[in-house]
Amino acid sequence: MKYYDKLIFELSRPGRKGYELPANEYGKDAMADMPAAVMRGEKAELPEVSELDVVRHYTNLSMKNFGVDTGFYPLGSCTMKYNPKINEEVAAMPAFTRIHPLQDPATAQGALELYYNLQKALANIAGLYEFTLNPYAGAHGELTGLMVMRQYHLANGDTKRTKVIVPNSAHGTNPASAMVAGLQVVEVKSKPNGSIDVEDLKPLLDDTVAGIMMTNPNTLGMFETEIMEIAALVHEAGGLLYYDGANLNPLLGKVRPGDMGFDIMHINLHKTFSTPHGGGGPGSGPVGVVEHLAKFLPNPRVKKNADGSFSIVADEESLGSISSFLGNFGVMMKAYAYILTLGKENLKNVGPLATLNANYIKESLKDDYLLPIGGVCKHEFVFDGLKDKSTGVTTLNVAKRLLDYGFHAPTIYFPLLFHESMMIEPTETESLETLDEFIEVMHKVAAEARETPDDVKNAPLTTIVRKLDETTAAKNPILTYRQLKAEA
Amino acid sequence: MSKILDDLRYADSHEWVKLEGDIATVGITDYAQHALGNIVYVDMPEVGDEVVAGEEFGAVESVKAASDLISPVSGEVVEINEALGDSPELVNEDAFCNWIMKVKVSDPAEIEGLLDAAAYAKICEE
Repeated sequence: MKYYDKLIFELSRPGRKGYELPANEYGKDAMADMPAAVMRGEKAELPEVSELDVVRHYTNLSMKNFGVDTGFYPLGSCTMKYNPKINEEVAAMPAFTRIHPLQDPATAQGALELYYNLQKALANIAGLYEFTLNPYAGAHGELTGLMVMRQYHLANGDTKRTKVIVPNSAHGTNPASAMVAGLQVVEVKSKPNGSIDVEDLKPLLDDTVAGIMMTNPNTLGMFETEIMEIAALVHEAGGLLYYDGANLNPLLGKVRPGDMGFDIMHINLHKTFSTPHGGGGPGSGPVGVVEHLAKFLPNPRVKKNADGSFSIVADEESLGSISSFLGNFGVMMKAYAYILTLGKENLKNVGPLATLNANYIKESLKDDYLLPIGGVCKHEFVFDGLKDKSTGVTTLNVAKRLLDYGFHAPTIYFPLLFHESMMIEPTETESLETLDEFIEVMHKVAAEARETPDDVKNAPLTTIVRKLDETTAAKNPILTYRQLKAEA
Repeated sequence: MSKILDDLRYADSHEWVKLEGDIATVGITDYAQHALGNIVYVDMPEVGDEVVAGEEFGAVESVKAASDLISPVSGEVVEINEALGDSPELVNEDAFCNWIMKVKVSDPAEIEGLLDAAAYAKICEE
């Protein structure tokens, strides 16, 4: 059933169903009492299928997926670590899944306690004072954090601080979030090793600067060794430091953004704290701040009362609401389960293992792949394509060929600092055997590029869908079932 | 190695200009098309639009990235290369033949501020 590609609507047959209701013995049709205004005029076009149809349909579709449960997923900047099943078990507990955000908080104390405890745990890990768990994902966290930054300057009457400094190696979401928050983006250059050029930063720091957004380690997986100096310079100029938590994994429990001088940060629970993401989302992007910014965090909040009970409160100086209710609660439960499962001591092993795995792959492959920045990396690193450029085999070709060998491709063509970027992040959850298999395949692909380059250029050869025509897909996209039928 | 034509002027944002009378023909360089990879869409201005030197006038989208087009000259757009609407990949085939827009320049002296072939070649090497 590898090539199964039906839609559930194509299986539909009039009158087919997976249940049989008993005859109505009560002589009354409850539907007759429904107000006409809430009734739809036409019957909903739902597929009419049997239970077996449904089971086979979705099982077959699920078998077309590649996920971290099926294989190695070295997607740089995404931290595709394993999602432990105990997290799912915890998040599926009916005592939590059956609560409603509008019910009396007195009847949902356990959920509020979890929110409060997770918030505290993240604050400890980050070296910050307080977190909001309300943002729905990473970019939403960035926007929330920048709104805190803006609110802080506005509260000081400092209305001219509208510039946000972003390194030219930053994740694209950073400048995008700054724009959405109504701030202007100013780019600061990177040095050849990818870290911020402090000399280029200095002239940018005037009284119009709201703050700077950074990741550390940066996009190239290198630790920004001058962070303390950068923090001092930005604070001296009256700005705040924002930490993009996308690269928090290698530092977990070892280095705290708060100790590096950051004032605001977001954490991607769906990266660092092992909850599913990509097709498996949703995400969660908690935002943490230092003490003097805590009053600006969004409403609603969870407060612990003197008697040990919990309330949902709103703060008047808050920037307002950025979500309905208290965020993606299921994701929080999984992250909380992850923290408690590992415990303080084991959390500290995450970063070193992730870093060791990345360096092991980097050193094993640098003879075949061009390593533009040498030295010890953190959790990820970037190759600039194959070392031998004479074969005409591109990073895209290598990525597609990896699929033939059962591995997910790394992140490609990001960061834009290099033309043939290949960003590899193995995470701490992979065994030595898996890493060795990946290394062997990468060497094999490099050898193929030299000896039988067409095999690589025409890859993938064994996947369900062969090489896609991206030009036609962009120019003439077929996005709906009706369009597809009209084309056929 | 990318192709660089001697008789053109260049911007460091990888656009080329050819000035004939007061009409400037503008495109992206061979280096730019090579760096972008397969181009799938060219977002062009409309005839009659005013463009300003140093400011965005459109965008090029490839399978790798979307990149803004920065106008090397100021003036009014008098013609756009309609063929790129249906066949943006022409830019990959020959970035110099397949220009993007023609501008009636308001200040022909602006072009003197742009790079010559040798200076642009140096930027590409870096």
